[in-house]
Amino acid sequence: MPISISNEEILETINMIESENLDIRTITMGISLRDCAHSDIDVVCEKIYKKITTYAKDLVKVGEEVAEDYGIPIINKRISVTPISIVADACEAPDYVKIAKTMDAAAKEVGVNFIGGFSALVQKGMTKGDEKLIRSIPQALAETEFVCASVNVGSSRAGINMDAVRLMGQVVKESADLTATEDGLGSAKLVVFCNAVEDNPFMAGAFHGVGEPEVVLNVGVSGPGVVLNAVRKIPNAPFDELATTIKHTAFKVTRSGELVGREAARRLGIPFGIVDLSLAPTPAVGDSVADILEAMGLERCGTHGTTAALAMLNDAVKKGGAMASSHVGGLSGAFIPVSEDAGMIRAVEDGALSFNKLEAMTCVCSVGLDMIAIPGDTSAETIAAIIADEAAIGMINKKTTAVRVIPVHGKNVGDKVVFGGLLGYAPIMEVGKFSADEFIHRGGRIPAPIHSLNN
Amino acid sequence: METNKNRVVVTVVGKDRKGIIAAVSGALSDWEINILDISQTILQEFFTMIMIVDLTEATVSFSELREQIGLLGQKYGVVISCQHEEIFQYMHRI
Repeated sequence: MPISISNEEILETINMIESENLDIRTITMGISLRDCAHSDIDVVCEKIYKKITTYAKDLVKVGEEVAEDYGIPIINKRISVTPISIVADACEAPDYVKIAKTMDAAAKEVGVNFIGGFSALVQKGMTKGDEKLIRSIPQALAETEFVCASVNVGSSRAGINMDAVRLMGQVVKESADLTATEDGLGSAKLVVFCNAVEDNPFMAGAFHGVGEPEVVLNVGVSGPGVVLNAVRKIPNAPFDELATTIKHTAFKVTRSGELVGREAARRLGIPFGIVDLSLAPTPAVGDSVADILEAMGLERCGTHGTTAALAMLNDAVKKGGAMASSHVGGLSGAFIPVSEDAGMIRAVEDGALSFNKLEAMTCVCSVGLDMIAIPGDTSAETIAAIIADEAAIGMINKKTTAVRVIPVHGKNVGDKVVFGGLLGYAPIMEVGKFSADEFIHRGGRIPAPIHSLNN
Repeated sequence: METNKNRVVVTVVGKDRKGIIAAVSGALSDWEINILDISQTILQEFFTMIMIVDLTEATVSFSELREQIGLLGQKYGVVISCQHEEIFQYMHRI
C-alpha cells in the first residue's frame, strides 16, 4: 500500500492532540444487568458484582493500550448498566442503597471512574420499584463515590410525569443536603431527563437501555479546543464558510473516536455501539464551548446572538460527525455545562450569562441545564419547576433535555463552589424569586403534545 | 480501510541540532526497524522530522520502541512520538 498521508496531515493530527486538547473523552462499556433480578437483594448484589467485574475486568487496561498505540489520550473509562429500577423491581428490600454500594465496589475493583445506571424511566408513571429507587438516590449518592443516577421524567410521546418532577425536586435537594460537606457533590452526580437516550456514554446520565445488547462499547469524543482553533483561523469568514470549517473539524475528531472505539471493542471482544460526537468541554484553558461562541464574534457568551451561534455550532458538529462514523448516537452535540467550562464560568462572573439565557440555549444545544450551582435555600418546588420547564422544552422540541443543578447548602449568589477535577468550579447563579409551589403541587401528567400543526 | 498494523509514524519535533537524524535512524537500525519514508523540514525555527517505519522485523515491541525512543528524544532535547499509522489514515481519509 502506498504511503498516502501528507506531512501536513500528520502534523495537523499531532497538533490537535498536543496543543488543542483533542482526546477521547470516554469509552463506556454498557452492560445489561437484566439477568441479575431476584427477590433477595443480597443475591441481586452478588450477581451484579460478578457480572460487572467479569465483563469489565480488562476495560481500563485495554483503554490504556489503545491510547498508547494511537498516541491519543482516552481520559475516562466508564460503565453504564441497565436502569437499576428494572433490575431491582422484584426485590423485596425497602430501598436499593445496597445495590448502589455494590455498583460502587465493582467500579472500584475494575478501576473505572464512574458507573451510571442507578436510574429509573418514569415518564408515564412509577412502578413500586421505580419509586423505591428514586427515594434511594440521595442516600445512594451520599454513600458511594463512583455511582451516577438519572431519572427520565418526560418524553415527546408520553408527556411529563409531574408527580415524578415534584419528587425529583425533593431528591435533588436532599442529594445536595446529604453531601453538604462536599458542597452538594451528590446532586452533581444526578441528572433529570426528558427524552433520555439509551446509548449515551457520558456521565452522569449514562445508562444501558433495554433495547441494547448484552454488552457494548460506546465512545464519547471531545474536542472543543480543536474546533476553537479552527474557528479562530477564519475570523471574518461568513457563516457558510464557518459552518463548513466546523464540519470538517468535527469529522476529523469523530473519526479518531470511531477508530479508537472500534479497536477497543475488538480487543475486548465485544460489539462496538456508537460514537457520541459531543463537544464536551473541560475546565482546562482552551477546551471551552463558550470560547468557540465568543470566537464567532460575541464579546461574551450569553449576550444576544449566543443562541444563534450555538444552534449553528451544534448543527455543524452533527453534520460533520455523522459523516465520520457508521453509528452516531448518544447525545451528540455541544454540551453547555457551567462549572466544567472556563468560558462559561467567566461569562457568569462577568454578568453576561444568566440562568434564563442558559435555558434558552438548551433549546438548541444537545442536552440542558448542566452543572449549575444555585443558592442552597432554593426550595424543592422551585427546583421541580426548573425541571418542568426544561422537560417541556425537550418534550415539545423532540429532543433530549436534562437538568443537573446543585443547590449548595449555605451558599448564595456571589459565592463560589469548587467540585474539582473534570467537574470544575462554579459561581452560584440566581434563580427566580417567585414561587411555583401551587403549580408543582397539582401533580398528575402534562399530556403529550400534538405532533402536527408544527408552529 | 486497509492499514498495515506494523507501520508506525515517528515524528521528531524540537530545536534543531547536529546529529538528530543520525541518532534516530541509528537507533531504529539497531532494532531492525526499516525506514520506509523520511522527510525533514525546519518549520518556524523548529526541526520537524517525520518517518514512516515498518516494525515487521523489529527486535523491540511497539511499547518498548515508544519508551526507548522517548528517552533518546529527551537526550537530544526534542519530542519524539510514535503512533500507529492507522490514526492518520482514519482521520484524513474516508
